[in-house]
Amino acid sequence: MTRRLVPRVNAGSMADIAFLLLIFFLVSTTIETDYGIGKQLPPIEDVQTDIVIKEKNLLEVRLNQNNEISVDGVKMNISKLKEVVVAFLDNGGGSGNESCEYCRGKHDAISSDNPGRAVISLANSRETNYATYIAVQNELTAAYTKLRNREAKRMYGVSYSEMKSNLQKTRNRDQILELNEKIKAIRSLYPERISEIMPVDSY
Amino acid sequence: MSILKNKRNKALPEISTASLPDIVFMLLFFFMVATVIRENVLMVENEMPMANQIEKLDKSDLVMYIYAGKPSSRYRSRVGDQARIQLNDKFADVGDIKAFVMAERASRTETMIPFLTTALRIDKFANMGLVGDIKNELREVNALKINYNTRIDNNPD
Repeated sequence: MTRRLVPRVNAGSMADIAFLLLIFFLVSTTIETDYGIGKQLPPIEDVQTDIVIKEKNLLEVRLNQNNEISVDGVKMNISKLKEVVVAFLDNGGGSGNESCEYCRGKHDAISSDNPGRAVISLANSRETNYATYIAVQNELTAAYTKLRNREAKRMYGVSYSEMKSNLQKTRNRDQILELNEKIKAIRSLYPERISEIMPVDSY
Repeated sequence: MSILKNKRNKALPEISTASLPDIVFMLLFFFMVATVIRENVLMVENEMPMANQIEKLDKSDLVMYIYAGKPSSRYRSRVGDQARIQLNDKFADVGDIKAFVMAERASRTETMIPFLTTALRIDKFANMGLVGDIKNELREVNALKINYNTRIDNNPD
């Protein structure tokens, strides 16, 4: 009886095919995910109501057409901005009902009463560069984050940024609810109050 | 003795390449899973500014993209070199944003609409006039959740 040999399929070209596919996916891959500064736009209100904000509770940040930054009329370098904003938000100059126990600022009477009252007004020219605007937004967000981190550390022993990144990682329902609750509490201590004015042609 | 024997046996055994496809397939599957094929072909220059106070946009099905910037060099002869908006695969005007948002909303379920985020992918050399116009249009259609897409700046502070 003769043994019939089954011819073996040559698998050598399999690698070539797989390589071809591999190269296609290598080229078309963009592993990067989207990152950015999240913001909430104010809704358009039908009835215009005038809200009176005390002068001392307002920090005016202006960006002109030459990409120069001025805060309350004083020209400023971007590297100083965060410091100034932190000092303004954390001032806690109010007394009685308006006082702020957790603020560690100078308690200056001519600066903001408490973080809940402090408003940053951001205005830019139509000619302002987008990169400058983002840099300023970044610094403003950084100032809020710095203060929130401090309070979160004090209250829960974990910084605000850590809580936020934990929230994105976790799948546990109870943990999500707990973290959301904490984040909300911290946000209410330093609510982000940035008011943007429609771009004007120039200053 | 054994060494001597080996020396006499001159022909080396051929290295088997049978496992090569397996290795390549493994890599292939990794890239297949990790791949996000670009939905839109960029027609504008889109180098985004740097920032470090950033958050991740997690669910891509809850994001709609608005691109803006100067037209890429090959479209410049046709549309000029002023900064333009790109929606899906076309150049668009500020007035088209409303229709775009409505179309994006219509393609999603009712429950997803409140969580829909608009990602603004704007070139860093664009001016704020254009960005302001886009934001105003978004406010008018009540698409208030936005995200200024940036690149990650790893410098601390």
